[in-house]
Amino acid sequence: MTWPAILALTLGSYALKAVGLVALRGRRLPPFLDEVLVLLPAALFGALIVVSTLGGDRALVIDARVAGVAAAAIALWRRAGFVVVVVVAATTTALVRAIS
Amino acid sequence: MGRQPSIRRSAVALGVAVGVFGVSFGVIAVGAGLSVPMACAMSLFVFTGATQFAAVSVIDSGGSPLSAVGSGLLLGLRHIGYGLSLDRTLPRERRWRLAAAQFLIDESTAMALAQPDSADGRRAFWNAGLSVFVFWNAGTLVGALFGSVLGDPATLGLDAVFPAAFLALIVPLLRERDGRLAAATGAVIAAVLVPLVAAGLPIVLAAFGAVPVTALRRFAERREDGP
Repeated sequence: MTWPAILALTLGSYALKAVGLVALRGRRLPPFLDEVLVLLPAALFGALIVVSTLGGDRALVIDARVAGVAAAAIALWRRAGFVVVVVVAATTTALVRAIS
Repeated sequence: MGRQPSIRRSAVALGVAVGVFGVSFGVIAVGAGLSVPMACAMSLFVFTGATQFAAVSVIDSGGSPLSAVGSGLLLGLRHIGYGLSLDRTLPRERRWRLAAAQFLIDESTAMALAQPDSADGRRAFWNAGLSVFVFWNAGTLVGALFGSVLGDPATLGLDAVFPAAFLALIVPLLRERDGRLAAATGAVIAAVLVPLVAAGLPIVLAAFGAVPVTALRRFAERREDGP
């Protein structure tokens, strides 16, 4: 790694973070795109959850993470709080990994 | 009342888990030949875990700094969608947004969007952004200086914390049928694309899953309104 590369990563990452934030600033889009924007976060985070649960090196992998996320889903369904959900996920995953 | 401490507690819990990954970033970065100041500068200024891990792993496997920048920025593309998603939650002044941009990450976005109104959303954005910033940077410094003091985060099950936390945070987005449909569509698109395209692209392309769901909703509404 070189310092110019770190500078490029810094400027590039900041630009990607800033561009969506300053693009609209409350301006309304055509109605169809406005509705797309409302559903955008659900689509993005649905994808992020799948990639962080199943993502491997260019492959889908089923491992102990799946058990942890399933346990978290059950905890959520039982109306557990955020911290409990996170602890349940980590503990379940660690246990499954330890015994497998 | 009551909501504010819960925002803070969630932000700290998330920060602690991220901090452990910060330690492993520090370890991996130094292992890939980065100096301690370089590792810390990345966490301070790039401040996006996925981008940093991707860039350092390219270097570690013998790639050039240029391809490290390329892979890293590919993983950062999803932030464009995050910025657009937060448009209605955050204050509109350009200067405010340019200052907030550095703290736009997965965690701050999800926590802000999980709140019922924009005042709480704004508070959640800063709580999560700053908590993760502090723990991530402290973790990086510890890992870069002392090595793997905490063991492998995977052994502790911490890699499952991220999907679990995001699942918990997006529950409010799933209350309506269209939200559930958009999340499912995005999830399927990403799952199909993971083996096919470079890391970082599946999530960005999954954003387009919101388009057919919107079209479907409009179609259904028109039929209801029709004769």
